[in-house]
Amino acid sequence: MTEKPKNYSRRDFLKTTGIATGALIGGGLIGGLVGFNANKTDQNVSDSGTTTHEMANNQGFQFFQNQREFDVLSNATERILPKDDLGPGAIDLGVPYFIDHQLAGQYGSNTKEYMHGPFAVGAKTQGYQSRLTRASIFRQGIARLEEEANNKFDKGFSSLEVEQMDEILTAFQNDEIAMTGVTSAFFFRLLRTATLEGAYADPMYGGNRNMDGWKMKEFPGHQMAYINVIEEEKFQKIEPKSLGGM
Amino acid sequence: MATTLPKVDVVIVGLGWTGGIIAAECAKAGLKVIGLERGRKRGTEDYQKIHDEYRYAVRYELMQDLAKETITIRNNRKMPALPMRQLSSFLLGEGLGGSGTHWNGHTWRFYPYDFQIKTMTDEKYGPNKLSSDYLLQDWGVTYDEMEPYFYKYDQTAGISGEDKNPFWGKRAQDFPTPPMKRTPILKKFEGATKSLGYSPFMLPSANLSEAYTNPDGEVINACQYCGFCERFGCEYGAKTSPEITVIPTAMKTGKFEARFHANVLEVIKSGNKVTGVKYLDTQSGEEFIQEAEVVVLASYVMNNAKLLMVSNIGEQYDPETGKGTLGKNYCYQILPGATGYFDEQMNTFMGAGALGMSIDDYNADNFDHSDLDFIHGGSISITQTGYRPIETNPIQRGTPTWGAEFKKNSIYNYTRTLSIGAQGASMPHKENYLALDSKYKDAYGLPLLQMTYNFTDQDRALHKYITEVSTNIMKEMGAKTVEGKEVITDYDIVGYQTTHNTGGTIMGASPENSVVNPFLQHWDAENLFVVGAGNFTHNGGYNPTGTVAALAYRSAEGIIKYSKSSGSLV
Repeated sequence: MTEKPKNYSRRDFLKTTGIATGALIGGGLIGGLVGFNANKTDQNVSDSGTTTHEMANNQGFQFFQNQREFDVLSNATERILPKDDLGPGAIDLGVPYFIDHQLAGQYGSNTKEYMHGPFAVGAKTQGYQSRLTRASIFRQGIARLEEEANNKFDKGFSSLEVEQMDEILTAFQNDEIAMTGVTSAFFFRLLRTATLEGAYADPMYGGNRNMDGWKMKEFPGHQMAYINVIEEEKFQKIEPKSLGGM
Repeated sequence: MATTLPKVDVVIVGLGWTGGIIAAECAKAGLKVIGLERGRKRGTEDYQKIHDEYRYAVRYELMQDLAKETITIRNNRKMPALPMRQLSSFLLGEGLGGSGTHWNGHTWRFYPYDFQIKTMTDEKYGPNKLSSDYLLQDWGVTYDEMEPYFYKYDQTAGISGEDKNPFWGKRAQDFPTPPMKRTPILKKFEGATKSLGYSPFMLPSANLSEAYTNPDGEVINACQYCGFCERFGCEYGAKTSPEITVIPTAMKTGKFEARFHANVLEVIKSGNKVTGVKYLDTQSGEEFIQEAEVVVLASYVMNNAKLLMVSNIGEQYDPETGKGTLGKNYCYQILPGATGYFDEQMNTFMGAGALGMSIDDYNADNFDHSDLDFIHGGSISITQTGYRPIETNPIQRGTPTWGAEFKKNSIYNYTRTLSIGAQGASMPHKENYLALDSKYKDAYGLPLLQMTYNFTDQDRALHKYITEVSTNIMKEMGAKTVEGKEVITDYDIVGYQTTHNTGGTIMGASPENSVVNPFLQHWDAENLFVVGAGNFTHNGGYNPTGTVAALAYRSAEGIIKYSKSSGSLV
């Protein structure tokens, strides 16, 4: 544990989510807010007796430019992996920051992929054929989520009730929303996959805060060896470790 | 203008398993060898921080940079071929060690039946068991001829296993190291298959059960079962790979030089011989011609075929006329299996790439196919490779794929789900082949390789049959819910399946139906050798590496002989 634990105050939370600025108060964010505090309380009485938040350094936008877009993304990821009695959802896990950081880098600009034309739609079996990078797809997808929310419910996406968010996300999943240069189903798959990546990747990427994603799954992270326990019949509960030194 | 470099005895394109084996054998025999690798140098010290699922397993850190080169793909000749823009169905390697760095280590010997598949199928079932659209042919070499080379690779790699499979070809010697640990998960499979009357045995593994020094003096360490194997390099040097065995062996001779960032563009042919290769130093941008007495193509299936095509060596296969051999018999693998959902929690996150148990009761011609509409089969295995959390979210069919119910189920099942799977054999079909694409180019201006591939009726029948067998085993293992794999329809490049691509530069006894002879010497250029799974005339019911490596050892012997006496080796 090389990093000093830092307590995360309600004030910090309000500041970073933009709620304090009065921008948007919707079901999703309220849910996240309530959930966050409940989670924090759990942390303080965790069995190890320590708090291990290491989130502060990872906050801040590398890709997104405005809070509204980021909140749409946050609420969409939270619907994909919601907070429940097992533990935190995507927001508390830091998934939106994970995605922001990824979109700013190699992932967002598809640097290791073949992006030369000519572009064609192709058959489903031929895979990804868009001329758009993931960064462009996310930006457009988030704008369309907002548009759909406004068209259907006369509100921004982040102000919707969770059922309304689910209805819109389902329409994206079922390819019912027109997008340019990519299908809404593809955007939804990208969003879903990125949410899981953020929830369960090593915390050094900015998600999976406090290794809570791993703790929920009982995955012990980076362990050097299981040679001494792999023959045990009994399920082994092992305190997780991160490559980042936690 | 390319700079011509002084002639050497052997130049090898690609430094994975096949290139490494040939480099080591030729250098030990005193030949001056140069290896050209388009990726970078790497080794165990680069793998110390590798327990990172996101970077290595999801973002494919060790794999080929598709921005520079990929392939195009279509299911049939009527479709326009489009580029494979992202890796998914199979994971092409790059850099020292090639795919031998990120493999799992399952090390098999193809069956006696595989090497003589045409003869033995016809003898037993008559000549019309499969329609004439299936281009079955013998390999031009028998299992008995291959046996010493299989063993040579077993020794180099220190393979851990037990000679307890009643079906496989005779082994003159036992495995160099004992099998890996029989974990509780493996024992579930062992118990179930035994009670069903099958013959389970430990999967032959290149993750070693104990530390081992190979005949060349290279040390391979004992596997620690860390659960990060396939798609990763081994931080312990416990997964046998080229960079800890054959490459250092070649280096020690003082006769071998490896050049990195060297992307070969062309094999230069003159008359009925080749004179060397042209390559680009991708860092300086300079082009070189490396002249050599012998040229060995040892890159992956795709690039070996492409280099021959862009160099105009051999005749391109044409599915319309059936003429030509280059690009013919491209095969893949069929992956039947079943998933079981259990009540009890298991240590599913622990494991090793080749930690597993198998049965071969439904592989090769080990069971009667008289009343079946397919030939061959596949090894059926349980492997405990270590479930990792991003990519392992098991949910039963009908469960939502996101939201509260998804979260609850995927987390619950993560430590309560087991899968068994088969490496289903893949038979060559006249419509499945490799060629050059006429539209898309790589970063160096060369055409991309074009793959035309779809599953066939043989594949679908095999898949269905072996899935039923797998489902029964999983039920016997005590799963409360069992789901067999869904039936296969068309080949889809989305979703990882297997990096067991074969064919395109096939071997055989005659230039009429093969690209290289049984020593992997090109029929049209006696000092050109083409080595790899591209030599397979069909794909068997096993992972290919053991057979690829044995073919490379046999070819190395041929190259050494050729360098003394010239001429055809057959």
